[in-house]
Amino acid sequence: MSQFVYLVPLFPLVGFLVIGLGRNVLSRTLTGLIGCATVLASFVVSVMIFNEVRTPGFMPVTVRLFDFIHTGSLNISFAFQVDQLSSLFLLIITGVGSLIHIYSTSYMHEEKPHHFARYFSYLNLFVFSMLLLVLGANYVILFIGWEGVGLCSYLLIGFWFTNGDYNYAARKAFIMNRIGDLAFLIGIFWILAQFGSLNYADVFTRCQGGATAPVLTGITLLLFIGATGKSAQIPLYTWLPDAMAGPTPVSALIHAATMVTAGIYMIARSNVMYTLAPATQAVIAVIGLCTAILAASIAIQQNDIKKVLAYSTVSQLGYMFLGLGVGAYTGAVFHVMTHAFFKALLFLGAGSVIHAMGGEQDIRKMGGLRKYMPVTYWTFWVGTFAIAGIFPFAGFFSKDEILSHAYAHNPVLYAVGLLGSLFTAFYMFRLLSLTFLGKFRGTHEQEHHLHESPAAITIPLVILAVLAIFAGFLGIPEYIKPDAHILEKFLAPVFASSQEIAASASPAPGTEWVLTIVSLLLIAAVSIWGWTKFKGYTGPAKEATGFAKILENKWYVDELYDAVIVRPINALAGFLNKYVERGLDGIVNGAGRLVQYSSRQIRLLQSGQVGAYVLLMVIGVIILFIVQIFL
Amino acid sequence: MSITQILFWFLSILTVFGALMVITRKNPVYSVLWLIITFMAISGHYILLNAQFLAIVNVIVYAGAIMVLFLFVIMLMNLDADAEPQKNKWLQLAGVVAGGCLLLILVASLKDAETKSKMAELGTGSIGLIQNLGQALFKTYVLPFEVSSVLFLSAMVGAVVIGKKN
Amino acid sequence: MPINNYIFLGIILFCIGVTGVLTRRNAIIIFMCIELMLNAVNLLLVAFSKMHHQVAALHQGAASTVGTEGQIFVFFIMVVAAAEVSVGLAIIVMMYRNTHSVDVNFLNRLKH
Repeated sequence: MSQFVYLVPLFPLVGFLVIGLGRNVLSRTLTGLIGCATVLASFVVSVMIFNEVRTPGFMPVTVRLFDFIHTGSLNISFAFQVDQLSSLFLLIITGVGSLIHIYSTSYMHEEKPHHFARYFSYLNLFVFSMLLLVLGANYVILFIGWEGVGLCSYLLIGFWFTNGDYNYAARKAFIMNRIGDLAFLIGIFWILAQFGSLNYADVFTRCQGGATAPVLTGITLLLFIGATGKSAQIPLYTWLPDAMAGPTPVSALIHAATMVTAGIYMIARSNVMYTLAPATQAVIAVIGLCTAILAASIAIQQNDIKKVLAYSTVSQLGYMFLGLGVGAYTGAVFHVMTHAFFKALLFLGAGSVIHAMGGEQDIRKMGGLRKYMPVTYWTFWVGTFAIAGIFPFAGFFSKDEILSHAYAHNPVLYAVGLLGSLFTAFYMFRLLSLTFLGKFRGTHEQEHHLHESPAAITIPLVILAVLAIFAGFLGIPEYIKPDAHILEKFLAPVFASSQEIAASASPAPGTEWVLTIVSLLLIAAVSIWGWTKFKGYTGPAKEATGFAKILENKWYVDELYDAVIVRPINALAGFLNKYVERGLDGIVNGAGRLVQYSSRQIRLLQSGQVGAYVLLMVIGVIILFIVQIFL
Repeated sequence: MSITQILFWFLSILTVFGALMVITRKNPVYSVLWLIITFMAISGHYILLNAQFLAIVNVIVYAGAIMVLFLFVIMLMNLDADAEPQKNKWLQLAGVVAGGCLLLILVASLKDAETKSKMAELGTGSIGLIQNLGQALFKTYVLPFEVSSVLFLSAMVGAVVIGKKN
Repeated sequence: MPINNYIFLGIILFCIGVTGVLTRRNAIIIFMCIELMLNAVNLLLVAFSKMHHQVAALHQGAASTVGTEGQIFVFFIMVVAAAEVSVGLAIIVMMYRNTHSVDVNFLNRLKH
């Protein structure tokens, strides 16, 4: 079956073309049907491939489709690589993607048919790009997918293009991603210069002993900068909260479950290089941790339901990077998977709420939705528990794995990470309470309008909730039940080389028990505190002051960027426009004017007077004679 | 100074003087007449060189037919000194200077040429006689000769087409 | 007679022709000057043909036909000149008919 891996990205591509080209003729129903069917078909193929990969003794398969760039000694083929890592990601992308497509058919139903079709074609294109990204057998294919998802992200954030702010957010996302992409591209070139190939297999064998530590550190840092852009880490994270301008299913699919994990996928894929560059790993760990704690603290004071989830996403991505930084590759991938489930669930739940509230996103104006929207409430509840890391929900296992590795690496990392997870628990329960508990604080019309969402919305919620409950059992840690970490065993071949170079440390079993119980107790306490604190919330008491105000304003990072980067560049651009541009214009236009002027002068020679022509001819003859005879 | 040399110098001076008169007369009719004199003098040169056939042809074709054609045209147009369009002084001066320069250059370039010892004998030789030229023309050069008749025909047709009132 | 005399005579005639072309605006006079230049060349060609004939006659005897070509060439120049004059004068006539002058500056209109 893995020979037919090209079918997986092919289906969404066909869907994109059909819907995109037929957007003016297809009805909404047909569009939705095609959009969902293509992704579902991909999902089915992915499941088959996964089944094949799961069998013991499976060797990674590379399917070469054609030569993509072949020049001199450089031979980059358009090839797909099927192994444990890519097949797992295939499942996540197509699975969550299918659910979100189904959800979208209902959520976007208000749109005009051709906009509806536009939405689905973008979504299919996104899935196609994302599949290219994870399936590529070399960095070039990965980069094509990388740019493709960036493009779709831009198109979908700015989907409602009549709103200027949304366009601004889309531009911001695109430009910040470009910064990272440039570094990523330079990193790819460097790999090519250093190892003479971009195929994963070649690069990973040649980088062991084929490059000095500084070179590897440089390459991995450049790749990591690319990842910070795509996966919203400090310093390039500010686009992601603004990206909530797009439709909610887009936030769920692109900005929570799949695209933003591309950076983690890339680093997990390049794990050998990263393991060989400990300096970069330290940088990744620190940046991931800082991002986790910063974003979590901001999320505490946000009042927009989607903004809270967005900062939560940034924070969770930070955890994944922490995992990568301390060498817990399996843990990071595990967290990608569980996070994809519960964060998609939370976003879709938020979408369901927004839908019911008629577009209202401010949680201070919600409350008491529990009795109107039971399914949404319970699934949201599951998601909250999962993300807070409460046993036995999915988040508990994956976060715990990362944190215990961090502890083995350096206890300080663990302590800060734990603090971040307490923040996480707090803001999530605040969100849950404000939205679903207490009294309704919106208008009467809204109250009248409240209803449970239709089946197309609730079914994906339920499925994701089930996954968010049970996905954690794929990675039961050693100290609870030996040999039960299915995921680690499954992914072992991918990370085998890294384990040989530097075995990932884990603390002693006794310590682990202590760590787990301490963190669980703390999280439970904070959760209950958050729950009760906001259960009886009646409305904004007063303006936030002091520290809360700083949090509400997101630590003023946007303002800082504006002051340090945007304004100077604008000023420089203004200066260049005013003075340098004028000088350049003078040179360029001067060349044009010179030609014009000299043409005008030369034109005068063509007086049309035959006499003058003859005179010139004679003079020319004389000159020729002089030149010939006397010179 | 034999008689031929005297004749040569006389004809040369006449030729140059006639040519100068051609280009300096205001009245075109005078120009034509002086040009006829010049051509006659050149024919005299041909006779001195014993190129009798060319001398006769020159008189008949050039001094005769062609110059009569010129005269016809001038009289047809009723041109005289008043109708003569004048170039401005500077252009005239420039023309004279340019012509003079050309003369100077050519003379300067040829005065040192290896031609001092070369002679063109006067009054001898038979190649210019009609018999010899006729032999050459109708044996060796018969094809160009016939082609020139076609040229004449086309020139006639052209002249008629162009000169015809439309 | 030294050939130089003929050469300089030809040069002088030719330059007079050129000067005439440069200083006059009357199309007919210009035309005549062109004929003058042609004749200067003709004269020179005949002189050269004689010169070559004499050099060859010293080696081959008086029956040599070297130099005939020069005179034949002159003959053809006359033929072509006659044709040229007939067409040229026809053009001048037409020009006069359109502009009532024989000023070559009539061609300035090509500019516009």
